Amino acid sequence: MPNVSVNGITIDDTFAEAFGMRATAIIITAPNRKWARQAAITMTGFATSVIGCGCEAAIDVELPPSATPDGRPGCRVMIFAMGTEELQKQLLNRVGQCVLTSPGSACFAGLEGSAALKLGSALRYFGDGWQISKKIGGRHFWRVPVMDGEFLCEATTGLTKEAVGGGNFFVMAESSAKALVAAEAAVAAISQVPGAIVPFPGGIARSGSKIGGKYKGMIASANEAYAPTLRGVVKSALGPDINAVLEIVIDGETNDAVTAAMKAGIKAVLDLGPHKGAVRISAGNYGGKLGKFIYSLKDMLP
Amino acid sequence: MKALTFTLVAEPPERLDLSPLTAERLAGIERHDIEKIQIGMSKHGSKVGDIFRVAGNDPLDIVFEGGSARLDRVAEGMRDGSVRLVGDAGAQAGRAMRGGKLTIEGNAGPHAGSAMRGGRLEITGNAGDHLGAPLAGELAGMNGGVLIVRGKAGAFAADRMRRGLIAVLKGSGDHAGSRMIAGTLVVAGGAGEMPGYLMRRGSILLDRAPKSLSPSFVECGAPESVFAAIIDRHLIAEGILKRPLLGNAPHKYGGDNAVLGMGEVLFPR
Repeated sequence: MPNVSVNGITIDDTFAEAFGMRATAIIITAPNRKWARQAAITMTGFATSVIGCGCEAAIDVELPPSATPDGRPGCRVMIFAMGTEELQKQLLNRVGQCVLTSPGSACFAGLEGSAALKLGSALRYFGDGWQISKKIGGRHFWRVPVMDGEFLCEATTGLTKEAVGGGNFFVMAESSAKALVAAEAAVAAISQVPGAIVPFPGGIARSGSKIGGKYKGMIASANEAYAPTLRGVVKSALGPDINAVLEIVIDGETNDAVTAAMKAGIKAVLDLGPHKGAVRISAGNYGGKLGKFIYSLKDMLP
Repeated sequence: MKALTFTLVAEPPERLDLSPLTAERLAGIERHDIEKIQIGMSKHGSKVGDIFRVAGNDPLDIVFEGGSARLDRVAEGMRDGSVRLVGDAGAQAGRAMRGGKLTIEGNAGPHAGSAMRGGRLEITGNAGDHLGAPLAGELAGMNGGVLIVRGKAGAFAADRMRRGLIAVLKGSGDHAGSRMIAGTLVVAGGAGEMPGYLMRRGSILLDRAPKSLSPSFVECGAPESVFAAIIDRHLIAEGILKRPLLGNAPHKYGGDNAVLGMGEVLFPR
């Protein structure tokens, strides 16, 4: 099938290739929205890619007081990693250093999964013997004394093995400003999709990469086919009208969540049109042989 | 199948031990054999058929129509199904139950829910002394499950409680939560003298300041508490209370420092 055009935007006949991952989720609450977001943003900092951060994490959705276990504003945070052991380590380090420390915070399980990951049952040792265990309505909580009262933390949270990491698409535009506008529109749309996160800064990656490189030890390096400054000197994927490419990378709790997020993001870019935003949409893959999940762009159109 | 119904014919001539009448112990027993089970505890030796008119056949849904303070050990050790007593119960109702649901639509005698480990026991009237408490010689009282008393409870409610939730809605007698090991006791409507006497761990949640506490309790401030929000919401969601009990920053007393001192008495500011 040749490339198609929707609303004046070219959609490449290609696909995104994604991988199975392990994921978990927690709900962070705080006295107000500002501090719930602060704790969530802090614990998901430096969590853009498993290549260098150990995990990929971001806020999934913000929760109103009516949707949280303690009736305060909250955020659902998702964390993705390649293995259970690394996921457990990242979860405890991040909640221990960034949520336990954040004023007024509390932390709850955000996922019912096939297995449990330790949360409060490990962090309770901060209480140095003054921690209190409470089982309320079948849920187990730990209360740890801290300097502004108590840190309440659910004992465990769930783990899913159905998670998918690496769903993606490229937003290609005549200028970096237009590419950014289109990518921001896509991120805003994806943020409304439950169970999907975009872990890069503001949800957007500008340094999409290929596997390996000419230097020893590089796991990933410049994707020169999509670098506009190299358009003339390498076998480029870019036509003369493209001067900026931004990538949206999506991790989802399930295959369906990634599909929904890609559809929402692509629709937002298409709705924006070629004059304000992108003129072309593509996606990254490895030939389709490495990843378990394939998202063909032509299936993602509204 | 229809609910297995025991209708009380007249006031019993002696105390009765109703512990054989649970789903577990009645499974596979025909009605005429049920009527031959001896439940009288004195020389009368009354049998089920002497005291009750029996109808229905579903042992997972047992109803006692008519109560008496002589009906002891109702649903003792039950694990599954439901038992409903329309009327009063005697001593040790729901003792050592592990699951299922027991409802007493009347008053219960002493040691109701004694050493229960699971399930839900609800008493719409009042309960006697030693609610959920151990019998003499036992190390721990209630060890799990939910026990609700819509009326008053006597003295020593939740004595030596170890796990689970007890809620008393119209006030308790003296020494509620004495010697608690852990768990949660809720008393609305005022507790008597010295709640939490010699408690080690656990939470006693009151709707007002206690009128007295053992002198080995110490004042521990009133910081904002997520636990208070969680338990308030839980009590409302379970239909136990209609309004929040503690608010978001309850006052805390810690104790009893005559023993371990890791328990707490919380009440709204």
